Amino acid sequence: MNLEYFVFGVMFVMALGASLAMLFARNAVHAALFLVVTQVALALGFLLQGAFFVAAVQIILYAGAIMVLFLFVIMLLGVDTREALIDPLPGQRPLAIGLGGLLAAEILWVAVRGVELAAGGEDQATALTELNQNPGNVKALAAELFSRYLLPFEATSVLLVVAIVGVMVLARRIGRVPNTGTGAESASGSDKEGAAA
Amino acid sequence: MSGVVDLIGAVALIGLIKVVVVFVALLLTAALVTYMERKVIADMQARVGPNRWGPFGLLQAIADGIKLFFKEDFRPAAADRWTYAIAPAAAMVPSFLAIAVVPLGDHVTVGDRRVDFVIADINIGILYFLAMGSLGVYGVVLAGWASGSKYPLLGGVRSTAQLISYEIALGLSLVPIAMVAGSLSLSDIVAAQAGTVGNVTFFDGIPVLEQLQDIFSIVPNWYIWSQWPAFAIFFVAGIAETNRAPFDLPEAETELIAGYHTEYSGIRFAMFYLGEYIHVVVLSAVAVSLFFGGWHGPGLGILPWLWPLLWFLAKTLVVVYLIIWLRATLPRLRYDRLMWLGWKRLIPAALLWIVVTATVNTEGVSRNIRLAVFVVLAGLILAWVGRGDPRLAFAVNPQSGDDRGSA
Amino acid sequence: MPDSGVFEYLAAGLRGAVSRTNALPNCAFCVLVFGLSATLSYPRGSPRSCSHIATSGAVPAVPRDYFSQYITIGIFVLVGLGLVGVTLQLARLVRPNVPTREKYTTYESGIDPIGRGWTQTNVRYYIFALLFVIFDVEAVFLFPWAIVFERLGTQAFIEMLIFIAILAFALLYAIRKKMLEWL
Repeated sequence: MNLEYFVFGVMFVMALGASLAMLFARNAVHAALFLVVTQVALALGFLLQGAFFVAAVQIILYAGAIMVLFLFVIMLLGVDTREALIDPLPGQRPLAIGLGGLLAAEILWVAVRGVELAAGGEDQATALTELNQNPGNVKALAAELFSRYLLPFEATSVLLVVAIVGVMVLARRIGRVPNTGTGAESASGSDKEGAAA
Repeated sequence: MSGVVDLIGAVALIGLIKVVVVFVALLLTAALVTYMERKVIADMQARVGPNRWGPFGLLQAIADGIKLFFKEDFRPAAADRWTYAIAPAAAMVPSFLAIAVVPLGDHVTVGDRRVDFVIADINIGILYFLAMGSLGVYGVVLAGWASGSKYPLLGGVRSTAQLISYEIALGLSLVPIAMVAGSLSLSDIVAAQAGTVGNVTFFDGIPVLEQLQDIFSIVPNWYIWSQWPAFAIFFVAGIAETNRAPFDLPEAETELIAGYHTEYSGIRFAMFYLGEYIHVVVLSAVAVSLFFGGWHGPGLGILPWLWPLLWFLAKTLVVVYLIIWLRATLPRLRYDRLMWLGWKRLIPAALLWIVVTATVNTEGVSRNIRLAVFVVLAGLILAWVGRGDPRLAFAVNPQSGDDRGSA
Repeated sequence: MPDSGVFEYLAAGLRGAVSRTNALPNCAFCVLVFGLSATLSYPRGSPRSCSHIATSGAVPAVPRDYFSQYITIGIFVLVGLGLVGVTLQLARLVRPNVPTREKYTTYESGIDPIGRGWTQTNVRYYIFALLFVIFDVEAVFLFPWAIVFERLGTQAFIEMLIFIAILAFALLYAIRKKMLEWL
């Protein structure tokens, strides 16, 4: 038996099983944990493809950073608050169903056409293997990133700055709402802000 | 086809042997370090420390382990069942996984097969270490949340915020090492630190320094000489990542009982405890590999494969000793000071040092300009570190500093 | 000209090593001095064994097959998880189990717990988590640049200086807006 198929099978079961478990988990923290498992499985998938750097980034950024952010949001909102069954935005459920159907159709199309689309994939796979051997995965990626994809790279930094500014605006607004945090800490914080303003 | 199977079989067999040996060695070292910490701190505080079990109390760690193993271990009624169960494993597993990329010694040749003393020499070793560090957050945050108790929740969330804040500084402090080594593989980084500094011609023409530069031919070629600021940042951030003093706020017993593991007992508590010491050992091992030449060191002719292992162990234990020493010396930081140090000192310092390293190492710029840039940047660092610090009398205007953590 | 302060410090360190109370810190000092003298026997100049770098042109005995290295890590993960699981199960078999009602209450400094344990946390943690994600992205981008910046030359150097400068400006902005104040 080929080992790669075996690893792919493990990754497949892990990713799909954890995704389904995430959908049906009743507890928000459990759902977030299943999403972490999915991210790790996807990192395994990248590893299998020979994309070592992307695999590491997947774990550091998605499993490590973004999921922690998710957990913080869950804890910020309080875990045992009941899920609101009334839509705050009217019409978002039909819209979600429509968009989900579109996504499902897209995935189905890719799956059906997959064999055709992957026709040129053999060459690219061997090219990637050679690149991984000779300058190494990260070096090859860096050479591309800092020459051909320079503008997107620099745009990323601007995007990150915009994100920081967004965080500040968001936090300012939350900070004005009284009693969002736990007791004394937030009270003293808002006092200080009031005094500064 | 059978050749492929044979190759994978041999790889898996060698891998399994390596894994088991390293695992046992790591657990033993961590147990030894728990004993070492108690003994060293006892000595610094003029006490005796553990001295009942075995010679000099050496078996104390094993006795503790057996005791915790046979203790009743119950789950509070308010706890979340599954998360409570997996949190200790989630705290322990990532901390020992990081040792996989650290080269512990040179290689031996068994038959026609070269066996390196490293579990896996991968080309993204540093990123793997960081990834394991970022996964290590889950043990803390899950334990804190799953206990269904107020102190663990507060301790867990505080600790998570601390871990993620210092994780950035930790990651940024490794960038200069990747720059000077030109690789992310720890084996390459250790190999680049082989031998001695060698013939230094940097000070040619300057009277006294010209004579003194001969001494470099006997100094080992470690990155600590040129990269000590990176090491300082790495060390501080690393201690914060292991949740140890002076960054042991999640376990600050005066305010949070025992932080995220307040509700844990028995073998599950032992996992948190052992996980912390494994983390300390692994962090020291990584620090040795990155800054202190890894396993390189002088050896005798006999048993050439043994000396690197001994050197590596000795260097690692020295770094572990430093960490223990810090615990005996420094008081715990206040939480706002902790965030101040992480975000307003370590991260900017790490960014600055990356720029400095890039400037110094870029070819095609004349020596004088590089020296001038270096001096200017060093002055900037000093001015910036001292700025606004109330303890420094020559600080420009301590009251106007926005970056003071204290209220 | 030798700096007398250094020698005084050295002598004090050696004296202190004899006295009992501060023995170990000073022993560490002695070990450092000993270690420095031990490096005298270092092989000069020539690296002992760095097969990967020095002979990158030649083919090493076993090529660095990354897939097999990751398989070894996979074995490590499985062995580690297995041992942790086995330990937990074994402990379950041997440990006593004496349930009493009080034992299962949540710890709250000895008094009966008030309310639920899961409360809302402060919004500040969320802000720090968001900033963490942003700077983590930056750190990850720095690594590929770090290992090729010498080959790519001045262009990549300036590119990354701009990248770092923009984000350093963002950090400065956050500090100025008092986003990073905890109290």
